[in-house]
Amino acid sequence: MSFSVTEPSSRTKWFAGTLVILYAIITIMPLLWIVATGFKSPSDAIAYPPKVVFEPTMEGYVNLFTERTRATPEMLEEAGPPETWYDEIVREKGMVISGESRYGQRFLNSVIIGFGSTALCMLLGTAAAYAFSRFRVPLKDDLLFFILSTRMMPPIAVSIPIFLMFRQIGLNDTHLGMILLYTAVNLSLSVWLLKGFIDEIPVEYEEAALIDGYTRMQAFTKVVLPQAATGIASTAIFCLIFAWNEYAFAVLLTSGTAQTAPPFIPTIIGVGGKDWPAVAAGATIFLVPVMVFTILLRKHLLRGITFGAVRK
Amino acid sequence: MACDRKGHGMSNTPIDRIAAGTPQGVAKRVRGLSDRAIAWIFIAPTIFLLLAVNIFPLIWTIRLSFTNFRVNRPNRDVEWVGLRNYERILNDSDIWSTMQATAHFLFWTIAIQVLIGFTIAYLINKKFRGNDLWTTIIVFPMMLSPAVVGNFWTFLYQPQIGLFNYVVAFFTGADPASFSMIGDVHLAPWAIVIADTWMWTPFVMLICLAGLRSIPDSIYEAAECDRASKWRQFWTITIPMVLPFLMLAVLFRGIENFKMFDLVVQLTGGGPGNTTTLTSIDLKREAFEKWRTGYSSAYAVVLFVTVFGLASIYVKALNKVKER
Repeated sequence: MSFSVTEPSSRTKWFAGTLVILYAIITIMPLLWIVATGFKSPSDAIAYPPKVVFEPTMEGYVNLFTERTRATPEMLEEAGPPETWYDEIVREKGMVISGESRYGQRFLNSVIIGFGSTALCMLLGTAAAYAFSRFRVPLKDDLLFFILSTRMMPPIAVSIPIFLMFRQIGLNDTHLGMILLYTAVNLSLSVWLLKGFIDEIPVEYEEAALIDGYTRMQAFTKVVLPQAATGIASTAIFCLIFAWNEYAFAVLLTSGTAQTAPPFIPTIIGVGGKDWPAVAAGATIFLVPVMVFTILLRKHLLRGITFGAVRK
Repeated sequence: MACDRKGHGMSNTPIDRIAAGTPQGVAKRVRGLSDRAIAWIFIAPTIFLLLAVNIFPLIWTIRLSFTNFRVNRPNRDVEWVGLRNYERILNDSDIWSTMQATAHFLFWTIAIQVLIGFTIAYLINKKFRGNDLWTTIIVFPMMLSPAVVGNFWTFLYQPQIGLFNYVVAFFTGADPASFSMIGDVHLAPWAIVIADTWMWTPFVMLICLAGLRSIPDSIYEAAECDRASKWRQFWTITIPMVLPFLMLAVLFRGIENFKMFDLVVQLTGGGPGNTTTLTSIDLKREAFEKWRTGYSSAYAVVLFVTVFGLASIYVKALNKVKER
């Protein structure tokens, strides 16, 4: 029977769809604006009324990755014709490229710290989650709550002693320090999420493996881990996104060698006013990978953001 | 099957069964690491790291909160001042205005996000064609870096050239250069509410959607048989069934926005004046700009106690609703 009392009428669907799409467009607008601004010239970026149609240029991206100095016409003459397309863009403005900007380095720091902490967090988190899921651990509920509660602390509040502690043992502004810190912050998420995923794997599989002569370790690595692969992958992406986006610890504990992109991007300034296309270009490169990950994660999104409290 | 091969059926657990029938070497390997040992080996590193990076600093914070220590003057004698820092915090009118700014921010972000989030979830649950695609698009903002996004919102909020001002002007007929969302004392508190709502409504929406989808169709069918109106169905079935989910969403948003730092510090930096100085921003100023380490440690402890206190009262209420 095609008719059902709970199935919305086609008019209701049409109405609901229109409103949701309208909301989605409002939501996506600022993001599209970031991407578009990255391809605008500085004067187009601050034009009034805001320009929707414009001539795209790579100037923002070139400015993002380079340091430039103003050059006299004679100097430009002497330097000869521009060798590359980005040279050309800079020359048109009467400037020459004097070096590489720090953005590349900051982005690389984000990659190193993000992936480093995610790997460590998954190693520790999977083991702990397995133990909590399968063994009788004294004070299990208290330990699990303790792990979760570490997430409730405002980062600024713990940052004072962490700052002092890191300075004492030389971890301030180092990759290792940030990796350890982000691992600790993400452990609550990874243990809770992974415990949920492992709980869903029937114990019978391991028992069968144990009967077949596997040791506990082998049962864990050869039976449980492959079964939990999807869960581990989505948990890892959540940890990666958190470390990638984190700002408070990064701005307080790093300034140079280990500074990640989020505290750096807002500090990008141009000559005579903020260089919005360069900022937008930096933001675009930084945000787009997360959007791709969001699409990959969409099935486990809800679980991730609620620490496994809501499972679909 | 292993049992047949071994021919022993006397012991109770699989491991005992194998161990009884296997050669000495294998048995030793099976028993080599007991489950208990493995449990501890697996859990200990996690607990250790959390103790080192979370609990140890917390205890240190509590200790510092009873002193007049200042990080920028390490050579000065550290004095034990007892509860003086706490007394000053509770009597400090600046902190109360900060708390008010935080309360304003918390109340309005949560109220608006619950309203819009639930509405959008309700509409998505009408299962129109392509709803999955649009849901994914709506979810984007909450996955992005708040600091980077907040920084870009200052561009959207620029008088005259900003997209936000332009759109508002377009619909109201006001002059887009006549108001500054982040420069005006009255508008700035709303500027942060708007940006946070844009970013986090999808979070509330997703949780509500899960709640709506958890309601079995059969309940509505039964209500339909009893000739209950749609309006009545909404208030007696939909709302009560979604409530626990909604409360969970409010808990998460409440804790997160109480800690709010990155988005707002990039948007307004706490200004103009102190109008958007949320507690985390104030704490950062005390600790890392004025370097009043002892005082700010006490401040941090007060915040902890507040968060944990409010959260645990709330969780109790949530459990009551769930039990119903």
